[in-house]
Amino acid sequence: METSLNYAAITFDGVLALVLLVLAWQLLRSPNLSKAIVLFISFGLMLSIAWVRLKAVDIALAEAAIGAGLTGALFLTALDRLQRNEANDCDRQDTPRSSQNGNPQIKSEDSD
Amino acid sequence: MIRKNGNHLFSRPGQSIAAIGVLTLTGILGWTVWTLPPFSDQMSALISSKMPISGVDNPVTAVLLNFRGYDTLLEIGVLLLAAVGVLSVAPSAVMRADSSPSPILVLLLRLMLPFIILVSGYILWIGKYAPGGAFQAGAVLAAGGILLVTAAVRFNLSASKAMPLATGIGLLIFLIMALATMMVCGNFLQYPVTLAGTLILVIEAAATLSIAAALVRLFVGVKSDTDPPASGEDSKILTFEEENLIK
Amino acid sequence: MNIPILYELVGVILLGMGLYSLVIYSHLFRKILALNVSGAGVFLFLVAAADRTSGPLPDPVPHAMVLTGIVVAVSATALALALACRIHQVSGNAQLTDNKPE
Repeated sequence: METSLNYAAITFDGVLALVLLVLAWQLLRSPNLSKAIVLFISFGLMLSIAWVRLKAVDIALAEAAIGAGLTGALFLTALDRLQRNEANDCDRQDTPRSSQNGNPQIKSEDSD
Repeated sequence: MIRKNGNHLFSRPGQSIAAIGVLTLTGILGWTVWTLPPFSDQMSALISSKMPISGVDNPVTAVLLNFRGYDTLLEIGVLLLAAVGVLSVAPSAVMRADSSPSPILVLLLRLMLPFIILVSGYILWIGKYAPGGAFQAGAVLAAGGILLVTAAVRFNLSASKAMPLATGIGLLIFLIMALATMMVCGNFLQYPVTLAGTLILVIEAAATLSIAAALVRLFVGVKSDTDPPASGEDSKILTFEEENLIK
Repeated sequence: MNIPILYELVGVILLGMGLYSLVIYSHLFRKILALNVSGAGVFLFLVAAADRTSGPLPDPVPHAMVLTGIVVAVSATALALALACRIHQVSGNAQLTDNKPE
């Protein structure tokens, strides 16, 4: 029974490590910024499980509350403010800007 | 100003150079990880032997508040500094909700705020015996504060006199305790052994309030658009019963 | 490979990925995300190194350091986001530009 528990632990740790790496890779390389922020929140939750696996329960509590929750809320609020400012700018002027080499989109990331 | 490369800051050769540099660094660090000694017990043995005089039962709380209390004092100072910095970028940040929050959010606020306060107090108290403590409790209370700021219509948090006091009280109490223990016991932040548990609880309670207030201010500073607030009708503080009557 | 070594390697790889993305991308939000990811990698390395004890309990000093580090990281992220939003509001552009004039 002890060896089967050990295999389960090894499998769980391996899968968790893989999930962490894949989430980080996807969040850093996705072209859509709101998708990246949502992936960052789930990355924080998976990291919280990793802290429990490493016997650091205090850090798991703090990461779930601060790292995933609060940082995610900060990012989403900032992104919303960015997109609202751009919407105001686009409403205010209806000609494309002249410095864009004939490309009439707005300057930041396209949101889908 | 659209640059040639879209999202990226460098051209292709520059990206390859950066990739090679990062891969080299990662390789060196990975090799170091592989050759670390398998066991290192000195610090944990030292802390386990000194646990009876620290006044608490949780080793992480003992290290945070007693053995390395100076780090925690400076960390609360850093949080306060960040809140001041964010508020200086957005000087007219008013902690008030939008005029029409979603009804789901209002329901969530009404159901969860008492539980948030209760859970935060529990986590603060249990930090002496089990995983918990000031930072986790402060973060949960900050979540409640953020709910209040985004969902409570006509609740003007920035008109309250308690908010600046709550933001500063953690650092203030910690400094007062540090100077008092310096006068009594001789060293900065050296607690007397019989009073250590009580002092830690008092410092943690003040720190919880301070951390929660600073985190809510950080959130409001990022959220606010530096437009001056509409004058007049939204500057009074109304309670929830009055809000029900108005609706 | 036991548990601490696996998480230490994951932490080092996260640090590398975050550092590369910090250098490469031009949008300020991506840089802040990359800094957070590499910070998470460093914390993972610290806590995994704390697990290398021969007894059942881990070493609590790196736990306290990482707890402090998480709070400092969130305050730095909040300040960086406030500054990035302000830059976007003032100049209309949240991406860094090249150094040479066009």
